[in-house]
Amino acid sequence: MSDLMKVSSNPHVRSRVTTAGIMQAVVIALLPAAGFGIYNFGMDALILIAVTVAAAVFTEYAYEKLMGKKVTIGDFSAVVTGLLLALNLPSTVPWWMGVIGAVFAILVVKMVFGGLGQNFMNPALAARCFLLISFTSMMTDFETDVYTGATPLAVLREGGAADLLDMVIGRTAGTIGETSMIAIAAGACLLLLLGIIDLRIPGSYILSFLAFLILFGGHGADPVYLTAQLAGGGLMLGAFFMATDYVTRPISKKGQYVFGILLGMLTGIFRVFGPSAEGVSYAIIIGNLLVPLIDKATRPKAFGIKGGKSHE
Amino acid sequence: MGKNSSMERLYNGLVRENPTFVLMLGMCPTLAVTTSAMNGLGMGLTTMVVLALSNMIIALLRNLIPEKVRIPAFIVIIASFVTMAELLLEGFIPSLYDSLGLYIPLIVVNCIILGRAEAYASKNPVLPSLFDGIGMGLGFALALTCIGAVRELIGAGEIFGFRVMPRSYVPCTIFIMAPGAFFVLSALTAVQNKIRINGERKGKNMSKLQSGCSGDCLGCPGKEGEQNG
Repeated sequence: MSDLMKVSSNPHVRSRVTTAGIMQAVVIALLPAAGFGIYNFGMDALILIAVTVAAAVFTEYAYEKLMGKKVTIGDFSAVVTGLLLALNLPSTVPWWMGVIGAVFAILVVKMVFGGLGQNFMNPALAARCFLLISFTSMMTDFETDVYTGATPLAVLREGGAADLLDMVIGRTAGTIGETSMIAIAAGACLLLLLGIIDLRIPGSYILSFLAFLILFGGHGADPVYLTAQLAGGGLMLGAFFMATDYVTRPISKKGQYVFGILLGMLTGIFRVFGPSAEGVSYAIIIGNLLVPLIDKATRPKAFGIKGGKSHE
Repeated sequence: MGKNSSMERLYNGLVRENPTFVLMLGMCPTLAVTTSAMNGLGMGLTTMVVLALSNMIIALLRNLIPEKVRIPAFIVIIASFVTMAELLLEGFIPSLYDSLGLYIPLIVVNCIILGRAEAYASKNPVLPSLFDGIGMGLGFALALTCIGAVRELIGAGEIFGFRVMPRSYVPCTIFIMAPGAFFVLSALTAVQNKIRINGERKGKNMSKLQSGCSGDCLGCPGKEGEQNG
């Protein structure tokens, strides 16, 4: 890889930003959501998070050892993948499901394609969808000792009303990390302040999703319905932490807006017209698949070239 | 083993030029029907019968078929055998007929069959062509049964309909759905490649094939024209 890089003549500006630093910041930013999940769902959630993260890190280590490659678990990306996956699971699933998901995420989605930077879709979400298709009934069973009802989105879909305050704070059924809008917002603010993510993708995602709901949701601009749709599912977690994944998002600014709007439309379509109440995971991995196309279509024109046609 | 001897042809089809794992031919039935070991075996054996008989007839007629219309002539022969196989299956094994469905008539366009007719049977005597068809067909059947067995084991906890996993095993349903076919096929191909590469390191030259193929499918000069279907 390093042989291929074209390095210009010196002086070079060096930055302190490293992959490990960014990934550590993401882990810290996810801690409020994880902490609230553990507070909300109890020991089950803690055990599931620990097992999933450990399995993700161990899978990467074992694969690289077996294949005689440089061990890259020090960059914390496996920790982020494991943590994101665990936050996307219901606390009721058995621990081995977290292990299967983590192995799938790291081995099949990430390492086989060449490791960090080469994965064509978000490993954690791909693994979540893998588990969702494989073990549908267990993955959509959100009944815990604390919550016996359906998720707010499912309630909303059936025409019921959900308690907005509970949804914003996070005292609802759902996956471990998605319930609390406040905890997710706190982590997202940290990443925004550190400059690790910006509002282009999350902003265009959420706004286009709201626009879609107002047009097609059947409730018009009802603020209660819209807030419930925002707070009651994986949208916040997906928009701030998974759609913004550096590897699987478009490179250009214009492309990122296109990507965000695409995700908003897809999520809206899945939630309003699809068979299940949730659709964020599928929207993001389908969006990931379209990133190369978006990148190609939104390539900025080179300086000094007229008409936007750059040399191929 | 001499070139074109019966045993050499069988070995060639089963292992060295396995149509699924080495030549990567006939992917459509491979991915579509291997939801269980039984379906894979049924599809493989049906294809084998058609392949062996059409290879034999094409080798018999190889000097009579004009060069310019050879493809339509091959297709007519193959289609006749497929129709026979379809009617026989419908009559005698209706359960397999039902589960394979549309994929039985589609054997006509299976590129292994046309590929062997074009590459082997139209240039070689009858007996080697027959055994080439049996070998290739057995290789295809073996591959499909392996893929079907792995998918059935993980996706339903059974093999050939017998429960082998403990009662507490939770089936991983994705493996009997479309994505599972891709996972299992690629994993088994990787295992097969690993064994082959290890064999080459030990000095056995497995890449020296006798039918004009170097075994390196990626670097194959003829791959543009041959890898469809």
